[in-house]
Amino acid sequence: METTILIFLLFILVLSIFLGFEVISKVPSLLHTPLMSGSNAISGITVLGAILAAGLAKGGNNDFAAILGGCAVGFAMINVTGGYFVTNRMLNMFKKKEKK
Amino acid sequence: MEQLNTLINIVYILSAVTFILGFKLMSNPISARRGNLISAVGMGAAIIVTLMDTHVERYEFILMGMVVGTLIGLLFAFRTPMTGMPQMVGLLNGFGGTASLLVAWAEFHAHPAGQGIFGGIVLWLTAIIGSVTFSGSLIAWAKLEEKFISGKPVMYTGQQFVTGAVLVGILGAGIMFALDTVAPEAYRYFALFSVLALILGVLLVIPIGGADMPVVICLLNSYSGMAACASGFIVQNNLLIVAGALVGASGIILTLIMCKAMNRSVANVFLGGFGAPVSGSGVDVVGELKEVKADDAYLMLEAANRVVIVPGYGMAVSQAQHAVRELTEALEKNGAEVSFAIHPVAGRMPGHMNVLLAEANISYDAMVEMDAINPTMETVDICMIIGANDVVNPAAQEDKTSPLWGMPIIEANRARTVIVMKRGKGKGFAGVENLLFYRNNCRMLYGDAKGSLQALIGEFKSAAGS
Repeated sequence: METTILIFLLFILVLSIFLGFEVISKVPSLLHTPLMSGSNAISGITVLGAILAAGLAKGGNNDFAAILGGCAVGFAMINVTGGYFVTNRMLNMFKKKEKK
Repeated sequence: MEQLNTLINIVYILSAVTFILGFKLMSNPISARRGNLISAVGMGAAIIVTLMDTHVERYEFILMGMVVGTLIGLLFAFRTPMTGMPQMVGLLNGFGGTASLLVAWAEFHAHPAGQGIFGGIVLWLTAIIGSVTFSGSLIAWAKLEEKFISGKPVMYTGQQFVTGAVLVGILGAGIMFALDTVAPEAYRYFALFSVLALILGVLLVIPIGGADMPVVICLLNSYSGMAACASGFIVQNNLLIVAGALVGASGIILTLIMCKAMNRSVANVFLGGFGAPVSGSGVDVVGELKEVKADDAYLMLEAANRVVIVPGYGMAVSQAQHAVRELTEALEKNGAEVSFAIHPVAGRMPGHMNVLLAEANISYDAMVEMDAINPTMETVDICMIIGANDVVNPAAQEDKTSPLWGMPIIEANRARTVIVMKRGKGKGFAGVENLLFYRNNCRMLYGDAKGSLQALIGEFKSAAGS
């Protein structure tokens, strides 16, 4: 890996961490469970790396690597679909009742 | 081709924006649902453009992974009961870690050469964080389910020595690996540190007791983000890094909130053993337990104007949230004002109680945080405790020798009358006598929470009928 790319990626990382702390500290404790399941969904972003691995051209070492990539796609997709749908299911339950 | 790459990257930027916006809209329960949808759209778009990437040259494995993963994910999302949320989040943490581990393995298998030392370090980091997250999450899940292993802390002599040795092994194998990823031994080093990291995950979680699981789940949640982030360095993808960092930060924030709410440090939680029998006497318990039956408890509730309910893990265990809602309705019909006081570590994950109460259709503006309810406790006629114990123990404020000392509590003892619903006379998770139960203003209503609640509801109904 080239050093310039590494530095660039580290730059993105550091800024994202600060942004993450800023945004997420504003989530009320009321919604901490949906926050965690939503985080599960977003950690499924690994699916992008998994797709690139699973789509490697045929031949040589690539075949086994692509199978590993396919498994990674599977695990990551559990997070993506499971995470988003269950978060939606939970958030639907949070209602404010009208005072009679 | 160049244009396609530009398009892909523009979509990645937009996806990053939707993830950030999604979290931002979670600051409010009304906008949160929209935030989740926006975030999901961003994820979908990122997946679609990645499938169009020219480096993707075959689709059979991708398709298989997509179909199987989506089906399992949907099954989880719609079949998991709300009481099982901690287990589900725990498992998903583990799957996130697994995906990152597999990506690292695939990348190393396909391109061992040309990684350089940074590439080696990144592969190592991704594989070990992924492995620790995976095995740690499985143990956490098993502890929460109490299926294969008990929820109690597992301690043995030389524990810290063993963990230390495994850490050294992971570091050593990592250095050997990163120095030369092309060498014939490199594969063996990769296997060695991955397996050692799997063992480390087990060693780290096994000494931690069930009620400390909120902290563990939060930390593993963070790890799953860090693993995604590290794998972003492998495939050199900004979006993975941004998304992973957001999740990593979220998990860390929640971990710190949980630790603060227990007045313990992260290190203290992970050294484990909390909940093991405590030596030392502490202050003497003064007074005696005063039992109350449902019919007397009804008379007390019937006369109350302001009722505060403190739910705990016991409510989740006996699935009593719907009965709680029914009783709340009966109380409100009777003219009382009912609110819910929720301690940050009540239940087995952050926000667990809120979700259960919301499921039972209890308005979220009736759920009050600990710091907001405490100053008003003196005006509360009845504080009803359902399956909570340590979080209302005044020993935290009165007994310096108590393991609970310094932990912020819901000050139920300051209410005019306290009714405790409890299955038996046992102690709480911390293994400490609850001083509250011996107070003059406290009455014990023994039995399964759901049964006791239904008895109370029955009393209200028959009173309304006569």
